[in-house]
Amino acid sequence: MSARRPLPRWADIALLPAINLLMAFLVSGLVVLFVGENPLHAIQVIIYGAFGYGDGFGYTLYYATNFIFTGLAVAVAAHAGLFNIGGDGQAYVAGLGAIVVALALDQTHWLIAMPAAIIAAGAMGGFWAFVPGWLQAKRGSHVVITTIMFNFIAAALMVYMVNRVLKPATTMAPESATIAVDGRVPQLRQFLSFFGYSPVNLSIVVAIAALIGVYILIWHTKFGYAMRVLGANPTASRYAGISNSRMIMITMTISGALAGMVAINEVMGVQNRLVLDYVAGAGFVGIAVALMGRNHPIGIALAALLFGALYQGGQELQFVIPGITREMIVVIQALVILFTGAMEGLFRPSLERAFMLMGPEQKTEAIAVSTAKPES
Amino acid sequence: MDLFAILSILDATIRLSTPLLLACLAGLYSERAGIFDIGLEGKMLAAAFAAGAVAAVTGSAWLGLMAGMGVSLATTLLQGAASITLKGNQLIAGVAINMLAAGMTTFLGQTWFSQGGRTPPLGPGGRFEPITLPFANELAGVPIIGPIYAELISGHYILVYIGFIMVAVTAFVLYRTRFGLRLRAVGENPKAVDTAGISVVLQRYQAIIITGLLCGLAGAYFSIAQGSGFGNNMTAGKGYIALAALIFAKWKPVPAMFTCLLFGFLDALQIRLQGAQLGGVEIPVQAIQALPYVLTVVLLAGFIGKAVGPKAGGVPYTKER
Repeated sequence: MSARRPLPRWADIALLPAINLLMAFLVSGLVVLFVGENPLHAIQVIIYGAFGYGDGFGYTLYYATNFIFTGLAVAVAAHAGLFNIGGDGQAYVAGLGAIVVALALDQTHWLIAMPAAIIAAGAMGGFWAFVPGWLQAKRGSHVVITTIMFNFIAAALMVYMVNRVLKPATTMAPESATIAVDGRVPQLRQFLSFFGYSPVNLSIVVAIAALIGVYILIWHTKFGYAMRVLGANPTASRYAGISNSRMIMITMTISGALAGMVAINEVMGVQNRLVLDYVAGAGFVGIAVALMGRNHPIGIALAALLFGALYQGGQELQFVIPGITREMIVVIQALVILFTGAMEGLFRPSLERAFMLMGPEQKTEAIAVSTAKPES
Repeated sequence: MDLFAILSILDATIRLSTPLLLACLAGLYSERAGIFDIGLEGKMLAAAFAAGAVAAVTGSAWLGLMAGMGVSLATTLLQGAASITLKGNQLIAGVAINMLAAGMTTFLGQTWFSQGGRTPPLGPGGRFEPITLPFANELAGVPIIGPIYAELISGHYILVYIGFIMVAVTAFVLYRTRFGLRLRAVGENPKAVDTAGISVVLQRYQAIIITGLLCGLAGAYFSIAQGSGFGNNMTAGKGYIALAALIFAKWKPVPAMFTCLLFGFLDALQIRLQGAQLGGVEIPVQAIQALPYVLTVVLLAGFIGKAVGPKAGGVPYTKER
């Protein structure tokens, strides 16, 4: 089996994810069929709901903004060989930074409040990821378990902060004071009536900037190179004189700060106040997005758009076809993670063999491989 | 606090720690065999739904329990196929299972029963009834021992007793049988097991089958013993607390029981302390809620003792070529 050749680059980054995505949709389609609805009709509704009109498209972009941030957070950590499963908690805690700054500066102008809030939210989100990073680097505890625990600690902390600290005495609902109009991040509909009533806002510009920034960071800086060396081979990176523990801590902080940007979109752009559970699992969608997008900013942008469309289309779906609730989208998302992340071994070997059969000089080799006795 | 109040907190502790204990032991088999399992939550949730749904339709708690265990087993095997046979990332497989269960249970629940994801409330027979142990009523009058026996030890669901019996069974299987030795060996050094002519793959599948069945018991406990019917996201993160307990107990069965009792006690305390004052200062309920997670983080970081997992955990086994 050692003769197996790696896939051509385009097949690795486009064909394999496409096949895996197709499988995820196929299985979801079977589930829809199983409950007695027409999957093709469902797809039609999703596509129209997500792209067919201004409002819908605006919502798609609004969801995609969150998923770009969380997808990038997972991807940046993944390049350094770390699995940041705590995007949800980091985005949640970042809301504290965003709301405190926004409420302090909402009498000025959003051009002042927004950058300040970005720094504050990034700092809070970054801190929430730095601690697990520090614990892994210095104390040897696994970042996966620690970030899971931090998600729950964040949930408890935020309930306390919102109810006991941020809630104004006059409000009954568990939420902070409302940000004044001047301090809010402008929504795109203020410039383009095309977007109707959708909440897509200027955070999407931050998301695009983050995509470009991460691309430059990972592939065009010394730091990004060190990150990738650490991810590929921690022993080699240590021999190369890179401080692994320092890299882990900085990478996790960047990852958390990226996840924290969700707070800008949600708290300053949409809700205009801090509410409970506003992250709504976006951190976990980020895992699917990063896996689908092969940890590359272009892939992440496309995958985030796909999941944004699914989330928006899924909302639409439950109105048009009452038999299908929006949880169907969570099922699709789970299947995408399953097929592209955990069950990659399902199609890769046969695809590799297929490509070998196509190249003439490798054909004999391929036949030899496939006729050889399977390993015991 | 009088004896009765203390007993009622301890009684709640036992009730709340049972699903943790079952899930924790489930995770123990899997992780001791070298398969990291962050999908405990999903398997429990799937089992809770299946048990609730089947018990509601058939009116039989036992059929519900079977369905719960069956669905949990099927989910485990899917996770196993990904992480053992296909050598995929075990953590990602676990995340996928959790998400799949969260989506599917609500989706199917809404589609089948149209009650916002809930299953219909269970009638008599659809739900496990508390078991009164022999002589509980007769002994209740005896001072101190009587109430402890009657209130605390007697009067729980059968799954509670199964959970605590499983601690002893697990300790025996793990440390006193050939199966247990091999199970621990595939988690520590699969190559050695392979060299001895034992199939690593088979051994790991056997381990996760036990995981699946135990998760099934834990899930069923939520919907057909503690509760009457399944509700949305019923397990509410208990699978992660069980995972935390497993780490806290350093992957050992008897410490697992004590950890689950401790976490269950914190949960019981938290329910009891809603808005209560302690020494003039109000303790935020959230602080107690977060305590199991904080304790686990602190332990993992080696500030109090050190938790080191099975050596080969998280790595799919590949034979040398």
